[in-house]
Amino acid sequence: MPQTTIGQVHATSIAFFVLFVLVTLVITYWAAKRTRSTKEFYAAGRSITGFQNGLALAGDYMSAASFLGIAGLVSLRGYDGLIYSVGWLVGWPIVMFLIAEPLRNLGKYTFADVVAFRLRQRPVRAAAAAGSLTTVLFYLIAQMVGAGTLIKLMFGLPYELALALVGTLMIAYVLFGGMLATTWVQIIKAVMLLGGATILAFLILNQFGFSYGELFSQAEKLYTDKFMQPGGLISDPVDAFSLGLALMFGTAGLPHILMRFYTVPDAKQARKSVFVATGFIGYFYILTVTIGFGAAIIVGHSVIAGVDAGGNMAAPLLAEALGGTAFLGFLAAVAFATILAVVAGLTLAGASALSHDLYVGVLRRGVSAEREEVKVARIATVCLGIAAILLGVVFKGQNVAFMVGLAFAVAASANFPALLMSIMWKRFTTKGAVASICSGMVLAVVLILLSPTVWVDIIGMKQAIFPYKNPGLFSMFTAFFVGVLVSLLWPEKEAAEKYTDLKLRQYAGVGAE
Amino acid sequence: MNGQLKNKSLSDDPDFRELVVRKNTISWILTIVELVLYFGFIGLIAFNKPFLGMKISGSITIGIPIAVGTIVLSWILTGIYILWANNRYDEMVRKIRDKVGG
Repeated sequence: MPQTTIGQVHATSIAFFVLFVLVTLVITYWAAKRTRSTKEFYAAGRSITGFQNGLALAGDYMSAASFLGIAGLVSLRGYDGLIYSVGWLVGWPIVMFLIAEPLRNLGKYTFADVVAFRLRQRPVRAAAAAGSLTTVLFYLIAQMVGAGTLIKLMFGLPYELALALVGTLMIAYVLFGGMLATTWVQIIKAVMLLGGATILAFLILNQFGFSYGELFSQAEKLYTDKFMQPGGLISDPVDAFSLGLALMFGTAGLPHILMRFYTVPDAKQARKSVFVATGFIGYFYILTVTIGFGAAIIVGHSVIAGVDAGGNMAAPLLAEALGGTAFLGFLAAVAFATILAVVAGLTLAGASALSHDLYVGVLRRGVSAEREEVKVARIATVCLGIAAILLGVVFKGQNVAFMVGLAFAVAASANFPALLMSIMWKRFTTKGAVASICSGMVLAVVLILLSPTVWVDIIGMKQAIFPYKNPGLFSMFTAFFVGVLVSLLWPEKEAAEKYTDLKLRQYAGVGAE
Repeated sequence: MNGQLKNKSLSDDPDFRELVVRKNTISWILTIVELVLYFGFIGLIAFNKPFLGMKISGSITIGIPIAVGTIVLSWILTGIYILWANNRYDEMVRKIRDKVGG
């Protein structure tokens, strides 16, 4: 057994964790007094600045899986891990160029607002809510299972207790503090994570005389030059492109990310927040590379893989080696905060799809009192929170890493094409939108089930029916193709007529909320 | 109905048409640059691994600056868009909104 105190309860990690919980609960209490209307519950009263929202977006996006996971991947597989770092970032420019401003100008609380802007409300909202919820649920399962496992690894807490703790806190943030509390939880978490990663990278570089040349040559000495080159992680070109597409366009279709653009006052701030978020996320992924290489040299493969075969503990082990148990404790608290912030954001996005799109938009045909909608949103939050805990228990011990990929594939196939076509294409219709969302969603899910990842590795069949690991390429293009085809076959005069209004509001913000 | 009529004539306004064309052009050009950048990188991984493994200085392979460069360039692209939008786009939007009267 390697020399580490990971998995034991430290006074420092408990202290940092309790401090984080206390601060966030005080914020939630403060936010609760400012969360009465729908605008406050879903969109923090549009009071968040571009810079704050940029940090919060970064907080929403940088999950524990990407911090611990990518650092681990780099530490064990070298250059191959770097490929993932790049992939997780490149969706952000797309969000900036195609989505952020139109989304902010056209919508109110959810991305379904935009798709339904000039189409028939009920069918479009029902389909868009299904796309949102599917994305959110897969993402949530992956996060919850990851949370239980991580907390067990780091604190030695039983899996179910860890889930209950995470679930209760996240419900408290969202239920009482709505988007305002959730946003500040994200901001605090982002600052903690960026700060922790920066200190860690600094401590590593300190060991190598602040020379990357020295860092890399040590890594090469230990693990040969294979470590410095792309290896076998991505072997099939079709799979590589398919994964790339899903990561890139999935980012632009994640409901909890899209929802954040309604928290700022206008399109200019929305645009600024993407720039800030892209900068911080890019900086963070570059740091994880340094951390990964540092861990490979200072901690070493045998210890990293000995504690956790997936390498998830590379960064904490390194923190312990360089900064002692105090720094390990801090990083453990950061990981916990990270998990909490991401699940809170997801829960809020899921609750909005349930209340704003399904309950008010579909069931009540768009007519509902403010108070009633907020109440429904709160009930939805509690239901989703409990569902998340239960799903976490159901999927205990399962390999759920593929579910993050699946969430991105669904987001890229169900949400993104419909959103883009509703903004850009005059002749897009209600039938086209519903067909596009449904085909993209169903195809992404079915193809993953038939892929080697699930069909062979999890179900245990000999040969996969669908040969690729990533369905993105096929499901996304199908969604676009079906959307265009159905729209052209069954034109909708009214939707085309309303495009003029949409255009003015989209480009010039005329009439934007 | 009045509002819709007003919008109709406004959408034919040459200033508004120019705004739409300009904004779409810059958005799509930058999107295509980003796609070429990233899928160029993926293409190298898929079809030319040895190139990425070439040493440039000491143990550093050319793939490392390419990967980090893709991240940095992506961010710079969002910065270019911000610069354009703050200097040009906002000005054009102001003109249109003045015509609408609000």
